[in-house]
Amino acid sequence: MAFLSLTPLELEAIRLSLLVSLWAVAGGLPFGIAVAWLLSRHNFPGKPIVDGIIHLPLVLPPVVIGYLLLILLGRRGVIGAWLYEYLGITIAFTWKGAAIAASLMAFPLMVRAIRISIENVDRGLEQAAHTLGAGPIRVFFTITLPLIIPGIITGLILSFARSLGEFGATITFVSNIKGETQTLPLALYTMTQVPGGEIPALRLCIISVIIAMAALMVSEFLTRHFSGRIRG
Amino acid sequence: MIDLNIKKRNGQFQINTTFAFRQAGVTAIIGESGAGKTSIINMVAGLMRPDDGHIIINGRTLFDSETGCNISPEKRHIGYIFQDGRLFPHLSVRHNLFYGMNLIPGHDRFITVDQVVDLLGIGHLLKRMPSNLSGGEKQRVAIGRALLTSPQFLLMDEPLASLDEARKSDVLPFIGKLTSEFKIPILYVSHSLNEVLNLADTVVILKAGSVIAYGDADEVLSRPDMQQFLGTSNYGAVIPTVVKGQSHNLTTLHFHGGELHVPSLNLEKGAKVVVLIKARNVAISLDRPLNTSFQNILPARIDAIIERDEMMVDIRLDIGCMIIARITCAARESLGLKPGQQVFALIKGVAVSTGNLSIEDE
Repeated sequence: MAFLSLTPLELEAIRLSLLVSLWAVAGGLPFGIAVAWLLSRHNFPGKPIVDGIIHLPLVLPPVVIGYLLLILLGRRGVIGAWLYEYLGITIAFTWKGAAIAASLMAFPLMVRAIRISIENVDRGLEQAAHTLGAGPIRVFFTITLPLIIPGIITGLILSFARSLGEFGATITFVSNIKGETQTLPLALYTMTQVPGGEIPALRLCIISVIIAMAALMVSEFLTRHFSGRIRG
Repeated sequence: MIDLNIKKRNGQFQINTTFAFRQAGVTAIIGESGAGKTSIINMVAGLMRPDDGHIIINGRTLFDSETGCNISPEKRHIGYIFQDGRLFPHLSVRHNLFYGMNLIPGHDRFITVDQVVDLLGIGHLLKRMPSNLSGGEKQRVAIGRALLTSPQFLLMDEPLASLDEARKSDVLPFIGKLTSEFKIPILYVSHSLNEVLNLADTVVILKAGSVIAYGDADEVLSRPDMQQFLGTSNYGAVIPTVVKGQSHNLTTLHFHGGELHVPSLNLEKGAKVVVLIKARNVAISLDRPLNTSFQNILPARIDAIIERDEMMVDIRLDIGCMIIARITCAARESLGLKPGQQVFALIKGVAVSTGNLSIEDE
């Protein structure tokens, strides 16, 4: 049964992958909802440009995003230098950097899913809530938000899956450091580069499949649960 | 009570509406679809901003373009019952009902949950989700939800439009009770005069965004030039009547020029009832028919003949007041009808709808 127990390398990679992906998704969610709201409910000058910039990670090579992050957030980067000097925060070459890279790469997927569900919300229900005495913030939290939960779940799962698989931007921005930034795909890549790494690589591959499947099933369950509640 | 003067331009369409009423009760805004009815009550509710003018309700200014006053909808204390109910799909009936009520302080509540649940008969629905309700039940819950905010004023946008005939008579009685029980003035939007017969105290007739008539309901509704607003299937004449007597299962209604017999209405002698005699329910005979099922046969003089199209013609008959008979051109030819001729009007059905019942005798 030795093959069933996980090696320290595998455990470390799983832990890092989950840590990075969960933070990437959790950190991105408030921004995702805000941006989706802005794009679906408001018209402002330059909206197509904002829309385009948000979708860039979907069309640019991930390495380009990773490199941009390095320029901005690296210790000598525009923002990174400031963060290090005044707050003592280092982002490049840490798991936090990996989370930011993953979050950014997954952001367009999250925004798209949430935006569609906001566009599908019946504005008439929000109007009804206003006439019943609820102000804009209350209407958002008691009417809009509950109605877009299926869209939020879809967005969360899509971006979680995208974060788990993030490779290009991560390796460019935070490198491949064992125990710090070496997530599952990076560990798998490393194994394919060393002699005798076939079996560990295959094991990492299976682990990835299991995590992805589990995430999909959780999403399916949650979506059914919430849309079932709405439909009754 | 209500003082409205609003202008709103939307592309080619312009709303320019002014009316004011002093008394409480039900005010009906009537007009064809696209006349701007919903826009007007959306502006009263604060969901749409007028370009110009003012909205004053119960002495409180809700909007005034001159002072820049524009109270947000949540602070207007106006209940709004939408055509499509708009129950929150993710909340149970109970939570839908309480949504607005919980947002107002206790001392401002003058309508209790028990009152509303009793009046609307929705006690058995409280635990259900809106998707498990019938159309009539949904609309009753929507009415209850708005009532529980203890509103100063109620807006109703064709609350019966999405319901079939049976459900209409399920909901209509409650609307009549609202003003009598809670003394809340109602602004009621409808596309058909027929629906608001005996429900409205005052009416506003709207066409292409402008008021073409307004005032006391019975008076405005029985004007011959208002017939076009009855809706095509209800085209006919509206006649104010008074209950004269009750025998067996018939009620006798007195109108200026004669009497009408309708199925029992259970109303006190002297009660005012407005009836609708639809053009398609009136036939014409040259002699008084002797053996017939018609309950109402009245001597009439042909006042005018109005050509409709190649098939049908409208005969305006004077029976003390004007009614209309829609007959085929062929029938007109064979009877040789001419203006001024004395004939008999055979009335096949009299539609009566009062606040608590709707009877169509056909």
